[in-house]
Amino acid sequence: MSFISYLINGISLGSVYAIIALGYTMVYGIAKMLNFAHGDVIMIGAYVVMASVSGAGLPPVAAVLVSIVFCTVLGIVIESVAYRPLLNAASSLAVLITAIGVSYLLQNVALLIFGANTYSFASVVPVSSIVLAGGSLTITGEAIVTIISCVVIMVGLTLFIHKSKAGQAMLAVSEDKGAAQLMGINVNGTIALTFAIGSALAAVAGVLLCSAYPSLTPYTGSMPGIKAFVAAVFGGIGSIPGALIGGVLLGVIEIFGKAYISSQMADAIVFAVLIVILLVKPAGILGKNIQEKV
Amino acid sequence: MRNMKKISKTTKSNLITYGMVIALFLIMQTLVLTGNVSSLLQGLLIPLCAYIILAVSLNLTVGILGELSLGHAGFMCVGAFTSAFFSKCTAEAIPVAGVRYLIALLIGAAMAGLCGILIGIPVLRLKGDYLAIVTLAFGEIIKNVVNILFVGRDANGFHFSTKDSLSLGLEADGEVIINGPQGITGTPKDSTFLIGAILILVTLFIVLNLIHSRSGRAIMAIRDNRIAAESVGINITKYKLMAFSVSAALAGVAGVIYAHNLATLMAQPKNFGYNMSIMILVFVVLGGIGNIRGSVISAIVLTLLPELLRGLSDYRMLIYAVVLIVMMLFNWSPKAIEWREKRSVKLKRRKRKEA
Repeated sequence: MSFISYLINGISLGSVYAIIALGYTMVYGIAKMLNFAHGDVIMIGAYVVMASVSGAGLPPVAAVLVSIVFCTVLGIVIESVAYRPLLNAASSLAVLITAIGVSYLLQNVALLIFGANTYSFASVVPVSSIVLAGGSLTITGEAIVTIISCVVIMVGLTLFIHKSKAGQAMLAVSEDKGAAQLMGINVNGTIALTFAIGSALAAVAGVLLCSAYPSLTPYTGSMPGIKAFVAAVFGGIGSIPGALIGGVLLGVIEIFGKAYISSQMADAIVFAVLIVILLVKPAGILGKNIQEKV
Repeated sequence: MRNMKKISKTTKSNLITYGMVIALFLIMQTLVLTGNVSSLLQGLLIPLCAYIILAVSLNLTVGILGELSLGHAGFMCVGAFTSAFFSKCTAEAIPVAGVRYLIALLIGAAMAGLCGILIGIPVLRLKGDYLAIVTLAFGEIIKNVVNILFVGRDANGFHFSTKDSLSLGLEADGEVIINGPQGITGTPKDSTFLIGAILILVTLFIVLNLIHSRSGRAIMAIRDNRIAAESVGINITKYKLMAFSVSAALAGVAGVIYAHNLATLMAQPKNFGYNMSIMILVFVVLGGIGNIRGSVISAIVLTLLPELLRGLSDYRMLIYAVVLIVMMLFNWSPKAIEWREKRSVKLKRRKRKEA
């Protein structure tokens, strides 16, 4: 029975990674940049929920909505102020370093406002745990909500990208920026929209992550951020189903590694699996192998 | 005068770099000897030497080879722990600090270089950002492994464990050398500012000579156009591997300096984790990608900046972040570059009118 409960925990953690990885993967697909500040948007999202529940006394659902709106705006502001001027810079490293700068900035702003103390994040999930098999298997409400929201987000996003005009524009921009512009697509607007969606998802991920693992510090977002980046690479960076598969796989490997091998070695195992996958399939599990033309 | 002209432009530029390091060293040393440096700043001098070496060596990977590495601190970690392990084991067997330090340096550099080769062989064949991801993973793995490694020594030889120091099963006279998360305690503190400065010069000598050699030109050719380089018969994997392993070995040297300056060497996210790798990358990019002298300067400025801002206490890292973003925007944004060029043309015209 413990195997199944580990599996569910793994899928639940993996779903959070998958939601974060979506933000990475979409931004990478369109802007060809690694947004290292993405993990910190998660942390900001969680702080906003905490502040609006305990500070402003909002009901949890309203607080989550406030947080999503806040992070969406934050994402658009970051993109337009810090990233857009550099998207055509001579070196692609420039925007990477700026993203690191933004990451430091978000961490330190949170540090100034909320202090370095660890806050205990009160779960905002209204679903209670389910006890199965005569008490030997407990599925927490957080796990259920996380997995369901991950599935909903995945389906919604896939529909949005393939059915809506804005989604088609995203696909076009990610394939060829110049050609998309010639076809009358607003490239800057599309990139901003991508950041907005990615940041909104980060807020959701922040809430889910902190509901399941309730300790919140200014550095809460950085490790899940890196893991989600790994998950995106796992599944094939730029691919949305890839982010789901990569995220869930990563979560399951991490929880199984913790449970069966060594709790301290879990991260090392995750990264070792990543190296092996990249050596066997360099483009990731669902990544497209692009032929090189001379 | 005629002799001066014979010196080529690159040699001149290299000599300026060496001269700058020597001059800075002499200035700092006189300031320290006359007691004009706060103890806080004094404690920062040896780590600063390690950071400069890290920045210069990472610039070899990022600037000259054109590959992104996000795990440079991992190589530093390998160098630091292998050399500290060696120094602690042989602290009694080799009483002369200089000899022991030299061997420790060679061991640290060799082990880090070996890791570089092991990672480089499979990864450098691929193109794209793979090196970045794999080095990131490598750095985290190394940090993790060091944190669960327990090594002890007694009359029967060495004992290894991944659980705790008790499970080593040491005899009464045994001592624990690597104590998991507590790291290595009691490494001889052999690093001095002088040694650090000499090692910076050695690093600069190695890197600058590599860049201006036949191999260096091959490496830069690969960076600029891989396909063209391949078609004129440059062995891509060999030269990539050369640059990457030299860079890793030099990071190992930085690790040796760093380890022999600490009473307790622990692998924490702060000193050997992803954040450290990123910090070194920031040095390289702000100093100018591919510009070795720039790396030295930016490593110095950015290490001292948070210390100089210490008076602002809580705001210092915030200011650091803002400065970082603004400097990147100013240096790299196409619009800012255009604006600067216009300005400099105007200034030149004005000067010409005045003259």
